[in-house]
Amino acid sequence: MSSKEKEPLFSAKNIKLLTSPFSQSNPVIVQILGICSALAVTAKMKPAFVMAISVTVVTAFSNLIMSLLRKTIPSRIRIIVQLVVIAALVILVDQVLKAYVYDVSKQLSVFVGLIITNCIIMGRVEAFALGNKPWPSFLDGIGNGAGYGIILIIISFFRELLGSGTLWGYQVIPDWCYQHGYSNNSLMLLPPMALIIVGLIIWIHRSYNKNLIDK
Amino acid sequence: MKKFKCSVCGYIYEGDAAPATCPVCGAPASEFIEEKTAKKSWLHDKNNNIYIIAYSTVMVVIVAAVLAFASLGLQSKQNANIVVEKKSAILMSIGQGTEADKAPNKTAYIDEEYAKYITDSYVVNASGDKVENADAFSLLIDLKAQYDKPEAERELPVFVSKSDDGVVRYILPVWGAGLWGPIWGYVALESDWDTIYGVVFDHKSETPGLGAEIATPAFEDQFKGKEIFKEGEMVSIAVLKGAGASAGNNNAVDAVSGGTITSRGVQTMLKTCFSGYAAYIEKQRAEMNASQVAVAAEEPLAAENINVNEESNE
Repeated sequence: MSSKEKEPLFSAKNIKLLTSPFSQSNPVIVQILGICSALAVTAKMKPAFVMAISVTVVTAFSNLIMSLLRKTIPSRIRIIVQLVVIAALVILVDQVLKAYVYDVSKQLSVFVGLIITNCIIMGRVEAFALGNKPWPSFLDGIGNGAGYGIILIIISFFRELLGSGTLWGYQVIPDWCYQHGYSNNSLMLLPPMALIIVGLIIWIHRSYNKNLIDK
Repeated sequence: MKKFKCSVCGYIYEGDAAPATCPVCGAPASEFIEEKTAKKSWLHDKNNNIYIIAYSTVMVVIVAAVLAFASLGLQSKQNANIVVEKKSAILMSIGQGTEADKAPNKTAYIDEEYAKYITDSYVVNASGDKVENADAFSLLIDLKAQYDKPEAERELPVFVSKSDDGVVRYILPVWGAGLWGPIWGYVALESDWDTIYGVVFDHKSETPGLGAEIATPAFEDQFKGKEIFKEGEMVSIAVLKGAGASAGNNNAVDAVSGGTITSRGVQTMLKTCFSGYAAYIEKQRAEMNASQVAVAAEEPLAAENINVNEESNE
């Protein structure tokens, strides 16, 4: 170990871990993971943002903790250990949300608890953290959580704008639009529209990244 | 018993000495190397059962300690949020506290409004008497516990509000079961203990767009002006299936279409909860009637007295 050169904290490789989930290996639109919660919590921007932060915190710290423990974990109970760590983090996040942003936590309701079953987290722990050092694992967790969060925020932006005429709870479509016959598209508030928006995002993303298109 | 491993093919032979030739690849005895079954202590063997049990035990204890610590540390803040939410709902049932989302400090705003409009609160028991030294609000936090008891033992909170123009209304919290989880709400009654001034409902996990519609103004507004008594008998409010089914009926509202079970839950909830207050409400109504009779009886007397006085003055 000592013979190895010490890597700088933000080497090119580490930066790549942080940024590639934003586009090239985005968990939602490339790996198609975590779709369920992306549909459920994106009707408004605020809950989507809180959900994005929560997932990022959980992925980052579960990656970090699992990476620190990776040499001590008995392989036979590996999955159980992962679940315990992730579940504990999710409960912590839930408790903090209930204490500090009660309204949002009520809107997210069961979906905070369901972060435990979000495939992104288990996937990153199993695929990355168990075989890498703590720091890169932590960055990988932040990257993937943020990659998930960005998609959530994009979806919720369109859903809130077109569905409720507001952004972050503030009205942005002026009253005279409504007086001239414009009305909110309430279909946007229903989960299926989120799926269609995800589809559109994937379409646009693929048309810019031809290497991702399946031959 | 020792173990010998063939270094050519990896075959493992168990015996006291290496075999003359390997039964798999035919390598001579000299190619066999004794496998050192080094006894690792369980601390260093990750697949040892003791290690696994010790590992999981330590892990569970640590996780439990962390979670317990976090839960205790955040509890007071979470409870404060719940109190604000309940106060806000109580205010909503009398049509107050509507600016909460715009207020810079929601907690302070709700506390202020609550102090302004809710003048009194007390606890009543099943026989219709006030319970001394009981805190209505702490009872409200765990209302479910009261409804889990048999009806005769329930102690239920009543909140008294006074509007800006001095009208007194009574707010009764209600608690029941919907389709997927608990539903609850607040019913504000006019001072005649009969007419509903306003209601507010909430639910834990009813289906959005169907059962969850009970918490929308469209459903709640139907209750305004309805009466829980019919010809002097408490009938609660029925929730009838079919649009317009309750038209002209002063003791019923329309159910939520597609939310039949939740609607039925609302009906049952109201019936159970009103019957819990029945004894107290009957007493209040009886007192009210008595005082009206008394006032009616006193008035002519008073008039006569005046007359007498007038006469004597002359």
